[in-house]
Amino acid sequence: MDDLKEANAEENLTVWKLRERFPEAILSTKSFRNEITIVVKPSEISRVCRHLKEEPELRYDFLSDLTAVDRLREHPRFEVVYHLYSLQFKRRVRLKVLVEEGEAVPSVTQVWGTADWHEREVYDMFGVGVEGHPDLRRILMPEDWEGHPLRKDYPVQASPKWWEEGGER
Amino acid sequence: MTEARTMTINMGPQHPSTHGVLRLVLELDGEVVVRCTPHIGYLHTGMEKIAESKRYQQVIPITDRMDYLAPLSNNLAYVLAVEKLMGIEVPPRAKVIRVMMTELTRIGSHLVWLGTHAIDIGAMSVFLYAFREREQILDMYEQVAGARMMSSYFRVGGLFADLPERFEETVRSFVTSFPDRLAEYENLLTANPIWIQRTKGVGVIKPEDAVDLGMSGPNLRACGVPWDIRKSHPYSGYEQYSFEISRGTHGDVYDRYLCRMFEMRQSLAIVRQALEHLPDGPIAVQDPKVTPPPKPMVKKSMEALIHHFLLWSEGFRTPVGEVYQSIESPKGEFGVYLVSDGSNIPYRVHFRAPSFVNLQALPRMAEGRLVADVVAIIGSIDIVLGEVDR
Repeated sequence: MDDLKEANAEENLTVWKLRERFPEAILSTKSFRNEITIVVKPSEISRVCRHLKEEPELRYDFLSDLTAVDRLREHPRFEVVYHLYSLQFKRRVRLKVLVEEGEAVPSVTQVWGTADWHEREVYDMFGVGVEGHPDLRRILMPEDWEGHPLRKDYPVQASPKWWEEGGER
Repeated sequence: MTEARTMTINMGPQHPSTHGVLRLVLELDGEVVVRCTPHIGYLHTGMEKIAESKRYQQVIPITDRMDYLAPLSNNLAYVLAVEKLMGIEVPPRAKVIRVMMTELTRIGSHLVWLGTHAIDIGAMSVFLYAFREREQILDMYEQVAGARMMSSYFRVGGLFADLPERFEETVRSFVTSFPDRLAEYENLLTANPIWIQRTKGVGVIKPEDAVDLGMSGPNLRACGVPWDIRKSHPYSGYEQYSFEISRGTHGDVYDRYLCRMFEMRQSLAIVRQALEHLPDGPIAVQDPKVTPPPKPMVKKSMEALIHHFLLWSEGFRTPVGEVYQSIESPKGEFGVYLVSDGSNIPYRVHFRAPSFVNLQALPRMAEGRLVADVVAIIGSIDIVLGEVDR
């Protein structure tokens, strides 16, 4: 917990290996509290993920988590965040892809089956499209729901119009 | 007539075996499940959205309500994430109490799983026994936090309060009596031919599939993948305890049962060690910017009053940045992803709920099996819908 010294992202093996293999795809790297974040070009994300999973020295075989962050008023607006874990080497890395509103990220369901529901949640909650997803539907909200609740311009407390008017949907 | 005739039925959202509000659309060929499509979201309460409008300490009660069978595990993951973000190290006594309470939580959660899973399959009496012991754990929650279920006992920087008087005796008597109780459950089930018939070879998942689907916790370990975050990335001082990781071989319902039974014994061993080595000292960091000053101080000292006022009106600020902290909850990897913009309110909170991820594996385990097996499989994944839908 008490980080003695902050690791240098560029000295990290994963970053180093990725830079070597995909010099064009890595946009930036960062280390905070000894967690490495790598920002990847959207078009390259599934290739980078596959490489991270299959490269024998890295073996990020477990996708822990996939979610998004809405940076309203910044461009690009959305960050799609991937938390990868290597069961063999006990290492974690965070990948990020930045997309503008209306743009889609390529799906990583071909790399990890678990990405299926996570990507549906990102689509449902943020309205970020996922290209190549086998079954992109809302997952938590009703199918006919309007809006994407976790966007920053979506109110925390509000009711749908039909509810306010006391009418039928 | 050569056309394939299948029947589509809805299982849930109010089916007793779905443990809450889970709806499965089953396509059946006779009694065999051809396709299983889970529909979730019935318990979606927008917890992540609410958390993004609350101050850091105020998020803790929200986490209780996710996996409501293991509130303290959720608390722990969240407070560890905030502490990591702020670079806080909590005092040793707080760490040990946290470990002790979360391990009791694991036992409590596994007891509910055991009771409901057994009742789903038709073993009524186990449920009554398991809930009898769980009651003792809920009583302990009540003693430390004042609430039986939504305990919110942990705080960023430590604990809400120290253990009450004679609490250690309560835990000690539970630790002494519980091994016999466990033997009682095992007597009823482990070698029971009906239990074995209903669980062995049912809901099998291969280790590579389990990893691909992101399964974690006892579900993953039952396939023979020995991953436990308490060992691989010890938090809250877990490296000081000696315990073993459960491990199955077949990845079926029966192995998941064995794994959880084993884990209860290990948790008991951890609780015992925590009791033996419970250090004295403060239960929260001595930083007035995070921990409220003791009440008598507020009446005497101007600084204490200011800190008290600021903490309750504004909370504390965190450095700009993002962290991911995960713990081994009773269900698996419970992760908290926190993004801070430097204010007193988290910019983004995401909970990586193990039940949500584990449930995704259900179709792969259920397809090709009988409807009756679906009930056994759902029980064995040990989902809590509060956490699936958040």
